[in-house]
Amino acid sequence: MPKDHGIGASQKRREDVRFLTGAGNYTDDINVHGQAYVHFLRSDMAHGKINNIDTSAAEGMPGVVRIFTGKDFEGVGGLPCGWQVTDKHGEPMKEPAHPVLAQGKVRHVGDPIAAVVADSLEQARTAAEAIVLDIEELPAVVDMAKALEAGSTKVHDDLADNLCYDWQFGTDTETTDAAFKNAAHVTTLELVNNRLVANPMEPRVAVGDYSRANDEHTLYTTSQNPHVIRLLMGAFVLGIPEHKLRVVAPDVGGGFGTKIFHYAEEAFCTFAAKACNRPVKWTSTRSEAFMSDAHGRDHVTKIELALDKDNNFIGVRTDTMANMGAYLSTFSSSVPTWLHGTLMAGNYKTPAVQVNVKAVFTNTVPVDAYRGAGRPEATFQLERVIDKAARELGVDPVQLRRQNFITSFPYETPVAVAYDTGDYHATMDKMEELMDIPGFAARRAESEKNGKLRGMGINCFIEACGIAPSNLVGQLGARAGLYDAATVRVNATGSISVMVGAHSHGQGHETVFPQVVAEMLGIDESMVDIVHGDTSKIPFGMGTYGSRSLAVCGSAMVRATEKIINKAKKIAGHLLEASDSDIELKDGQFTVAGTDKSVAWGDVTLAAYVPHNYPLEDIEPGLEETAFYDPANFTYPAGAYACEVEVDPDTGKVTIEKFVSADDFGNVVNPMIVEGQVHGGIAQGIGQALLENCAYDENGQLLSASYMDYAMPRADDIPHMASYVVDHSCQTPCTHNPLGVKGCGEAGAIGSPPTVVNAVIDALHSGGHTHVNHIDMPVSPSRVWAAINGQ
Amino acid sequence: MYSFDIQRPTTIADAVAALSTDEALPLGGGQTLIPTLKQRLSAPSVLVSLGTIAEIKGVCTGDDGAVCIGGGTTHATVAREASSYPALADLAGHIGDPAVRNRGTIGGSLANNDPSACYPSAALASGATIVTNTRSIAADDYFQGMFATALNEGEIITEVRFPVPEKAAYMKFEQPASRFALVGVFVAKYADGVRVAVTGASENGVFRWTEAEAALSSNFSADAVPAAPSGDGMISDLHGSGAYRAHLVAVMTKRAVAAAR
Repeated sequence: MPKDHGIGASQKRREDVRFLTGAGNYTDDINVHGQAYVHFLRSDMAHGKINNIDTSAAEGMPGVVRIFTGKDFEGVGGLPCGWQVTDKHGEPMKEPAHPVLAQGKVRHVGDPIAAVVADSLEQARTAAEAIVLDIEELPAVVDMAKALEAGSTKVHDDLADNLCYDWQFGTDTETTDAAFKNAAHVTTLELVNNRLVANPMEPRVAVGDYSRANDEHTLYTTSQNPHVIRLLMGAFVLGIPEHKLRVVAPDVGGGFGTKIFHYAEEAFCTFAAKACNRPVKWTSTRSEAFMSDAHGRDHVTKIELALDKDNNFIGVRTDTMANMGAYLSTFSSSVPTWLHGTLMAGNYKTPAVQVNVKAVFTNTVPVDAYRGAGRPEATFQLERVIDKAARELGVDPVQLRRQNFITSFPYETPVAVAYDTGDYHATMDKMEELMDIPGFAARRAESEKNGKLRGMGINCFIEACGIAPSNLVGQLGARAGLYDAATVRVNATGSISVMVGAHSHGQGHETVFPQVVAEMLGIDESMVDIVHGDTSKIPFGMGTYGSRSLAVCGSAMVRATEKIINKAKKIAGHLLEASDSDIELKDGQFTVAGTDKSVAWGDVTLAAYVPHNYPLEDIEPGLEETAFYDPANFTYPAGAYACEVEVDPDTGKVTIEKFVSADDFGNVVNPMIVEGQVHGGIAQGIGQALLENCAYDENGQLLSASYMDYAMPRADDIPHMASYVVDHSCQTPCTHNPLGVKGCGEAGAIGSPPTVVNAVIDALHSGGHTHVNHIDMPVSPSRVWAAINGQ
Repeated sequence: MYSFDIQRPTTIADAVAALSTDEALPLGGGQTLIPTLKQRLSAPSVLVSLGTIAEIKGVCTGDDGAVCIGGGTTHATVAREASSYPALADLAGHIGDPAVRNRGTIGGSLANNDPSACYPSAALASGATIVTNTRSIAADDYFQGMFATALNEGEIITEVRFPVPEKAAYMKFEQPASRFALVGVFVAKYADGVRVAVTGASENGVFRWTEAEAALSSNFSADAVPAAPSGDGMISDLHGSGAYRAHLVAVMTKRAVAAAR
């Protein structure tokens, strides 16, 4: 019988009650007495020199409180980048200034030029229209290859060129070249990992508030990591010490990475609230989100795979251009390097793996982490080139992968990371079983009867999650530690508040974290709540991204709960007149081992706070413990994915008929929530593979600037639930964290794009279109039709 | 959105009078105008809502058997009530989503004449008559290019009369993001010949594909549909080239012929 309690129970998400009944408290729901509203005047050109900004007419418009331009921020820091990459010559990456409001130049469509604070939003917008701009349009740099050409227009005049860094990683060139020289077969593939817009349902919002009474700032913001924002904005931008700055991220309606970063609007509202002595609120419109939320992906890659005569992988070499956009967003530099290069070995024992990445500045919105961040890009290229190799060699793509699997652990890859555990054959077996591969031929024949081409795509993936061991990432250039923290506060009557550094913006922490504590103490989940999202309430933790919440913050919570148990046993031992080493905790009862003497959880907690009969000479009263947890290694979720598509050769339209994922997430606390995470991740992967395309024209104008042109996946783009099977029964527990968990938030988005593209190529080959070896994502109807017809 | 006054006339005459004001705009279902106002791309001083005029709402059958649809009738109502013209009802039932269909009106769609809208293809393929407060306009004379029609300033579509064909079907290939027609083809077979109207494809808005009409008038079968028209003058954008759209015109025409009932 499935568990209904504690670890392993598919408990319904308790937070959904408020979300689904309109009782959530999102940042836009927060209105501070006397607040003013800010409207940002944003650049409509991709690149231009600011000659003059004349705000004089606008300043006299009704309701205007104050108008700010870049000049007002000259004494203020720029937005910092949190990760310094060192290039292949040992030089630090180029780190151009990223002002809160544009100074001297505008560098992308959407770059904020001026900010109008007024009594109402409509007044602010109207006044912004009266600002007279004298901006001289400059040629825009959009294409990365052109941006790297000698003599290209420069995004940043104070840099030598548009190259942020030229990074090389993994096996040395001599060894790598030798592998390719000795190869019996080399498969090469050039591909694009398409630029995406994250599009959380809730757009970004910021409310800045300032108290003259005690010189304290408060920022309410749509963030995945309020402490990171407090640290970055306080220390690097505005110079506000932590004890005078509170950052609150209340209910947040989806992040997908794009709400990790510290944005100009947050710094602006915090700054302006003091400057205007009024709370200042900004709510992004959807149009603004398209041109101001950090974008994701945008890599152009050439990958080569070398195989020996027995089809063993002997070398992988990649050459990638990664678009940084116009400025370095908070973690942008780490995405194509440490979150991408380190995964290029995949699930395979390839002895030589070399990764080359050039990061490039262009006149586009900054690019940063988006669900998966670097790992989808690594997986896509590797699993696409393996698929192409299997086709070229005429071998089964499943067998080709199996024969190259890593099978003994721990395994040190040529790209720095050490996989602690895994069983890639097990997930492949599970995928094959769920996919009903023997039945495929009949399904294909049925499709062909209807004039459709049916294809099957399979692939594997591995990711590095549970981000991250601080000493390791520090060596790699991270400017922050990546531990997390939890405080377990047991109240007098035994109820518990757990203050956590992780932030829940859809993940279901409020349900899952109490399941763990309840299991450890043998009490009911209803006695445990978590508190998150407010730096004035929670310990210093680094937030939620990189599938880290349970693996890192959950581990801190376990450690703190263990401290609670140890102390509670001492109290129980005193109450029971026994040695605490003889006390056992089970089902919320402390018992002297081998006796029927026991005391209940609530009696012990009450004694801690009403210490009339208490060992005050040995321990303090109260029952509250904090733990910080820094992981010893990344975690390595992995899996095997497969899907079947139908292609309409007349129109090029692709439909996904079946999708199967077999994941290894280690131990699973709430299976239903894990399945929901994977369903959502795969939906986003299908979106990337078939639909989503953030496109610029050659002048840097955003072509896909609204939902009229940017295609989000909808319910009918995703297979019916009966044909959408997510399995996580293969479990090799993580060896280095106390829960044995690996993280599940990003897997679906990482694993699924190559699955879809592999399936489309398979379908086209079955229809005789054997000249089509690749189609860049999104594999839209027009692209499929063009590929079939050689256009 | 800039501020504006709104008027809610209850008769056509009052609406016409209200629209004679400078900078007044008629408001149908608002499915194009409201987003435009929110973006501050339009600044009318007065909006004249046509949604309060009972006499331009509803579906009925004319003496000649035509389906007559009031200009203020929503897509949802047409989908539900135009049962004597199934292809038309089907088209209306697949415009946008339920929210759009419960607000958007046939008059608003035809007056706007978006090059990717569905209704213009039905009106043109049916040889419909667009009735306004002052005159009746044949569909062949009404559509005058992208977002351009024969309507004068302040003229209101009161009714659209669709002669009911022997057989008809509308086939829409959706643009992946907006789900407007990337190419939509409406085929209608009448006793005196076949009419084929194409939306979504041309830079000049909805048009009749006369080669297909001629071929289908002599042999109404999918096999008779001619080779795709030229891609010259077809819309080319992020979602498909002119050549792709031209190809889809032929594919969708064949499918419409096959589906016609």
